[in-house]
Amino acid sequence: MLISLFVTCYNDTLFPNTGKAVVRVLERLGHTVEFREAQTCCGQMHYNTGYQRDAYALMLHFMKAFGNAKVICVPSSSCVAMIRDHFPKMAARARDIELSRQVSELIPRVFEFTELLCDELHVTDVGAYFPHAVTYHPSCHGLRSLNLADKPLQLLRHVEGLSLVELGNADQCCGFGGTFSIKNPEVSAAMLADKARCVLNTGAEVCTATDNSCLMQIGGSLSRQKAGMRCLHIAEILAAEARDVP
Amino acid sequence: MSIRVGEAAEAASFPSAARALLANTQLRHNVRHATDVIRAKRAAVVGELPDWQELRASAHAIKRHTLGHLDYYLEQFEAACTRSGGQVHWACDADEANEIIINIIRSHQEKEVIKVKTMTSDETRLNAALEAAGITPYETDLADLIIQLGRDRPSHIVVPALHRNRMEIRQIFLERMGLRELGNGPEDLTNAARRYLREKFLRVKVGISGANFAIAETGSICVVESEGNGRMCISLPRVLITLVGIEKVIPRFSDLEVFLQLLPRSATGERMNPYNSIWNGVAQGDGPEEFHVVLLDNGRTQVLADSESRDTLDCIRCGACLNACPVYRQTGGHAYGSIYAGPIGAILTPQLQDMQHSASLPYASSLCGACYEVCPVKINIPEILIHLRGRVVENGDSALSERVAMKGARFALSTASHLSSFQALARMAQRAFLRNGVIRSLPGLLAGWSETRDLPPIPKESFRDWWAKRNDGARAK
Amino acid sequence: MSAKHEILRRIRSCLESSRPDRDSDYAAIPRAYRHASQLDLGSRVDLFEQRLREYGAAVYRCRTDSIQETIAYVLAARNKAQLVNAAAVPAHWLPSSPYSFTPDKGLTYEELDASEGVLTSCTLAIALTGTIIMRHTPSEGRRALGLIPDYHLCIVAAAQVVETVPEAIRNIENPGLVTTISGPSATADIEMTRIKGVHGPRSLDVVIVSDS
Repeated sequence: MLISLFVTCYNDTLFPNTGKAVVRVLERLGHTVEFREAQTCCGQMHYNTGYQRDAYALMLHFMKAFGNAKVICVPSSSCVAMIRDHFPKMAARARDIELSRQVSELIPRVFEFTELLCDELHVTDVGAYFPHAVTYHPSCHGLRSLNLADKPLQLLRHVEGLSLVELGNADQCCGFGGTFSIKNPEVSAAMLADKARCVLNTGAEVCTATDNSCLMQIGGSLSRQKAGMRCLHIAEILAAEARDVP
Repeated sequence: MSIRVGEAAEAASFPSAARALLANTQLRHNVRHATDVIRAKRAAVVGELPDWQELRASAHAIKRHTLGHLDYYLEQFEAACTRSGGQVHWACDADEANEIIINIIRSHQEKEVIKVKTMTSDETRLNAALEAAGITPYETDLADLIIQLGRDRPSHIVVPALHRNRMEIRQIFLERMGLRELGNGPEDLTNAARRYLREKFLRVKVGISGANFAIAETGSICVVESEGNGRMCISLPRVLITLVGIEKVIPRFSDLEVFLQLLPRSATGERMNPYNSIWNGVAQGDGPEEFHVVLLDNGRTQVLADSESRDTLDCIRCGACLNACPVYRQTGGHAYGSIYAGPIGAILTPQLQDMQHSASLPYASSLCGACYEVCPVKINIPEILIHLRGRVVENGDSALSERVAMKGARFALSTASHLSSFQALARMAQRAFLRNGVIRSLPGLLAGWSETRDLPPIPKESFRDWWAKRNDGARAK
Repeated sequence: MSAKHEILRRIRSCLESSRPDRDSDYAAIPRAYRHASQLDLGSRVDLFEQRLREYGAAVYRCRTDSIQETIAYVLAARNKAQLVNAAAVPAHWLPSSPYSFTPDKGLTYEELDASEGVLTSCTLAIALTGTIIMRHTPSEGRRALGLIPDYHLCIVAAAQVVETVPEAIRNIENPGLVTTISGPSATADIEMTRIKGVHGPRSLDVVIVSDS
């Protein structure tokens, strides 16, 4: 299958290894990945902060870049939620019938990475090897907007050598919330303190999630505390192979 | 025009109020404990009902329908209430409502009133108006009594004194009830409240209540409560005045079958709250001889005017969103500077004031969606928060530094080549902040992040750089 | 312009000019929640009793022909002898000496407050939620009667027990005064624990009467 990767603006800039990992996993499963270089951003940051005109412009750019892609893979559940929940609204608000049609045709072809694996490619064992104790934090958009349920956990359970440790109070928000962490940094830090405590209590070595935004927040605290635990996007765990181990 | 939401117009912004409250460890402990307990209770009783989602869907539809025909239902209510012996008044704003109520009390030459909890009267600042008119209001809800005696402010819609623990409450009662001694068990406290208030219930001639529901078909009012003070205030005095927001109307008596299942389970985690009182008009030989309803607008028609956020008015004041909110959990209700706190407060408070005040409230959220999950009437609060953020920006109420940053970000994201240039620029700029491979402190808008969090360095090679190289490599082969 | 006209004008200006027909719009409201009973009478009454006990009410069962003895028994257990009662409570329910019953024919609030407790019947009960519903008929008494005394003894006929809230609500035609009672008075305002004993009757006893 030809799969078009929407790596997302923040993964492109800050977490390129996540994009590389997605490519590795999909190629390992025998698929071809394309990366349309015109892509930039889904507009979520602007949209959520109230700059909906700017988000609209970014949506148009996205539609131009991806309009005819058959399958789009996105390693970020919040970006998928943005596309699924808000692209139709922006198109409707603009009263652009043609755009609304294009958007409604595109949406069924957009998948978060774990959704793509489980629901479209029907695979839960991607042939990964990652001999570490791992705990999984469900990102809010993945949990509540995309209803990912236990797809990420199914994938993790099939990783050879991986021992999964359950995260306490897992459904509590990590406190990132995009610009929320900038506009309300103290409250964001307070929420993060609770989350980091639960993450550390698992005794796991690695904390994973479907979104690097959450992992940047959680990892930022773990690093500041020198807590001896790291964060890793689920794609990078699924990409890990025996030959990677030194 | 005096539309008011308590003292929200004068309140500090959420970020600054929150910052101060985060330092109050007793408060944070109390809030965490209380919300944990009630969340668990709610989950248990909601889990018992196999038709919970169906009830939510019906409630949402009933509210939407009613708001869509609100003019008809308000008039139907007025006619039915009047037929059963009630007197209906309409008030455009807070001052008008207060004046109507004061005039009724004055016409009976009374100087005292007993009150059942009604947040609507906190909106209009009725108590202050009554006192200024020489009338003494006695709050009879235990929590409102605690707030009144403690000269405090409510911090939760259902459990207003949630930020106080038992020891603090005992201290307030000891000092302000003039007691010589008081045990510290919860029942000692409720006994003290019972004795203090009972003589007022049996003596005071005027009662003031709010309403959970106003039933158009029968002209009835329904008051949902736990302690019995509601029953006291609505059936013992000679004159009863009920202040109701116009959005509380539901079409038919039978619609209660939906809301009386959703409200107790959502609000206090019970299958049914101890007491519900329903009445219409005046009943011979049973209860008040005179009954007045004051229908209050006070900004509600402003909320109705925005079809994208009109669902805010569906709220049945259960407080479940406050209990589920991870932001409220950290700060408690006072941070919102409004009697309506938490997620519902963040959307209702600014809208009632036509977005003229409380503009920081729509941003007091990480958009996690926990509120929407528990809302019994399915208000899509995150959606409305985003919409209101848009209104704040359109009104020009966002900070200049933020507008500049967002414009810059849009420019950087508008094309792939802009993004690449921005990535190169950022890589260069970060050198000033990199210490031992980690960014420890950031300037300006981003400083709040780095107070408590590290940031990983921007990698030398972006994903698109890597992809381009890989492709070149592939082509070269 | 009066406030009423101003408010109605504002409302009408907010709402879409072409609104769906109100009655068909109301009829279109989805109502897929549970309406009907799934339990038989015996199970309903058992569930009702269980829920009442969970609230801290005491529950007794008796047959129609032994109401009087049961009331005597209940009062003895409570160490009470003098109650007030709703005026139309059947006379044959009332045990005689040492028990005395004063019918409410205009008792003052102080007299009600000084009494040892009150005896009433009721209209309906809901098993799932442990709720007693009163419509304040002459055998149930005015609202102040069941409220001011510290102890409420309520007689419920088994046939009055329905299972669900919708069933109960739909059984109430032409509602005037309605009070629902689910356990003794309580508050959750102190550290979120349901504590008994605020303003309504702090003790509630229920006698469920059946034919068999």
